[in-house]
Amino acid sequence: MYLRTGLWALGLGVAAAMAAGPSWAESPKRGGILTYMIPADAPPSFDGHRETTYATVHTAAPFYSVLIRVPPNNPASTTDFVCDLCTEMPKPTDGGKTYTFRIRPDVKFHDGSKLTAQDVADSWNRIVFPPQGTTSARVTYYAMVDKIEAPDDATVVFRLKYATTAFLPALADPFAWIYKKEILAKDPHWYEKNIMGSGPFKFVSYQVGQSIKGERNPDYYHKGQPYLDGIVGIFAAKQSVRVDAIRSDRAAMEFRGVPPSARDELVKEAGKDIVVQDSDWNCGNIVSFNHRKKPFDDVRVRRALQLAVDQWKGAPALSKIAIVRSVGGIVFPGSPLAATKEELQQIAGYWPDIEKSRAEAKRLLKEAGAGGLKFELVNRNVDQPYKFVGTWLIGEWKKIGVSAEQKVVPTGPWFQAMRSGNFDVVVDANCQSVVNPVLDTGKYLPQKVYPESYGGYDDPKSVELYNKMQYETDPKAQRAAMRAYEKHTLDTMAHAIVTPYWYRIVPQRSYVKGWKISPSHYLNQDLANVWLDK
Amino acid sequence: MHRYIVKRLLLAVPTLVGAAALVFVLMRLIPGDVCVIRLGSGGAHVDPASVEACRQKLGLNDPLIVQFLDFLWSYMRFDFGTSMWSGQPVIHEIGVRLPVSLQIALMATVIAILIAIPLGTVSALKENTWLDHVVRMVAIAGIATPSFWLGIMSLVLVLDVTYLTTGRPWMPPINYVPPWQDPIHNLSMVLLPAITVGYRYSAVTMRMTRSAMLEVMREDYIRTARSKGLVEQIIINRHALKNALLPVVTLIGIEFAFLIGGLVVTEQVFNLNGIGRLFVQAVQNQDNVLTQALVMLVVVVFVVTNLVVDLLYAWLDPRIRFS
Repeated sequence: MYLRTGLWALGLGVAAAMAAGPSWAESPKRGGILTYMIPADAPPSFDGHRETTYATVHTAAPFYSVLIRVPPNNPASTTDFVCDLCTEMPKPTDGGKTYTFRIRPDVKFHDGSKLTAQDVADSWNRIVFPPQGTTSARVTYYAMVDKIEAPDDATVVFRLKYATTAFLPALADPFAWIYKKEILAKDPHWYEKNIMGSGPFKFVSYQVGQSIKGERNPDYYHKGQPYLDGIVGIFAAKQSVRVDAIRSDRAAMEFRGVPPSARDELVKEAGKDIVVQDSDWNCGNIVSFNHRKKPFDDVRVRRALQLAVDQWKGAPALSKIAIVRSVGGIVFPGSPLAATKEELQQIAGYWPDIEKSRAEAKRLLKEAGAGGLKFELVNRNVDQPYKFVGTWLIGEWKKIGVSAEQKVVPTGPWFQAMRSGNFDVVVDANCQSVVNPVLDTGKYLPQKVYPESYGGYDDPKSVELYNKMQYETDPKAQRAAMRAYEKHTLDTMAHAIVTPYWYRIVPQRSYVKGWKISPSHYLNQDLANVWLDK
Repeated sequence: MHRYIVKRLLLAVPTLVGAAALVFVLMRLIPGDVCVIRLGSGGAHVDPASVEACRQKLGLNDPLIVQFLDFLWSYMRFDFGTSMWSGQPVIHEIGVRLPVSLQIALMATVIAILIAIPLGTVSALKENTWLDHVVRMVAIAGIATPSFWLGIMSLVLVLDVTYLTTGRPWMPPINYVPPWQDPIHNLSMVLLPAITVGYRYSAVTMRMTRSAMLEVMREDYIRTARSKGLVEQIIINRHALKNALLPVVTLIGIEFAFLIGGLVVTEQVFNLNGIGRLFVQAVQNQDNVLTQALVMLVVVVFVVTNLVVDLLYAWLDPRIRFS
């Protein structure tokens, strides 16, 4: 009996050790070139501070360092952050309003010069307070920052206007590359067309629309890394090219994600030569109603459209053909601030009984005098998952007698329609990098507070609830405040419909090791910990 | 002859100016703004001051006539400007892509000529025989099949055949290397797209060759040549084919010029970084400077190709004289 129990325990122990990823079996090997696909024609520029596209990150992140980041070996964590250029994560002082970072003394730029706190502070000042004539894409993330200073070459101090849990995740932004102060002083636009950082790889060459190459940085400060001798990123906007390239081993992987059909095709053809990593994605499509147009100014109509959608049955069905999977509220499902299933089921549009939900939807439409409603659903000309989601929604609305016609437009006119308010209902998107619920949920605020909210409504109560949640630093109280804000947004006012969150599927050749998937295609892309088991 | 060439080149100037004016106006009729797209395409907040600064920098706030005259004056000095999207010189943006498109166009043309002229001729000479039927079927299939579909299918075929025979799927390389750097890599990459494009191209040319040959073979001078007792081979090669090639050469010229900027989908299927893809990106991004340059490039290619075709006429048909 004891022996059997002991053997069980031993077996469980071995299994647990193996599941945890035994270091003896997976010690990284040095050498080799990683060839990966970049799903784009070319990045608009190399300047991470200015750009918002993954094309820039997948192209240039391996050449740069950041101050802090998500843990490269556990990027799926939504709450952990580790140092890249700093020596240790600081404890905030001054009631949570001051963060003092010590900068590593052993960091060199690729031109051989020393990286100091002055470079870090200068880069961050450019991101938070962009000088005239330069563009910083994420300036709204840093509304809490008052001042950034470098009192000496080893210290950077961030002084905040108010304490907030949103600050550290915002600081781990994967675009916040550290540039050389001297170069920025000479030409603030230099980094748009050139690359010179302190990251794990040194820039070798770039052929526009073709490829980017990098070689190992022998002076990299995380000792032993990077493991690769070099990297080659090949640009290919067309998915079939990328999948065929992985299938034929012209490339080892791509980092954005492929639809389930492509994964299945690769796994079927290449068998054990392909491994797949997948994860919920901090991106989702949200349906925005134009409050400036009738009848969408009537909450009963918006609520009816919300109630018609069967999220619980729709998500698993859609996940078979599109890159979506998890049902969620306004907060990314993996976050501690996200609603549980039980909490979601209290909100209109998430009720467990869809028949009851649709009966209520029909009643509301009738009451609002919007029976037989017809409208245009503006959508982006992108298959995955926009068009799939749009088509699904139209089917759901049909079940309550609402007729929607999908108008698919290219990206430029899509943004244009939203910004100018030229739509009835639109399939919008909320795609973030680091999971930072406080900032990520700003999308549901009125446009005068959050310019990328396109519903065209004014709602002081929404702002009040958001601010209460934003300034709360106690986790439990903040979670409760988030629930109140979510209930108000999705149920009481039905400002938007949150469709199932995207699902990231990354197939890779099985010889690629070390890279871990995260909830965002922007994260964990410096490739320092990637190695090839060849 | 020299005077004729100079005259033709001078006549090209109004064509170029007309094309420049047309593309200039058309690009400005498209709704949207390169600065708004450039600064906010990822959904980022677009600060109106930044948009204004961008418009100022790109000269978009100047009156249209000033912009147009600037454009013409720059072109007269061979200054093609910088891309509004990437900030790179237009000459660089095009220079990177032109060799790929040029190589594919040349190879496809060679393939098309090698297939089309012999088969088109045989088809005409063996009119209404099984051979003629087969050639016509091949030609009609080529016209009916879109190049991109053929491209995808040929890639799938290569992958599947290599997988079944060797156990490891193989596909052509996906990053372009110039032929002088690595000819084998280069050929492995461009051969399949060249065949794909060349097949459609040859189909059209084959049909033209056949119908032109049929027409010529019914001419009086062919009958006269036969009645003189000339060998059939000489009649075909010296008298019929050269005359029948006149419309074929025109067609080849037009197709070649089209291939320089028109291979949008084929370039995507084979991941070729050519002029066609650049064209689409430039229009999507509302990059007026780049779009104008690309249109002018295609116009120049058409003008030059037409000139070459006209010169070839003289060689093919001595009755044509340049004065």
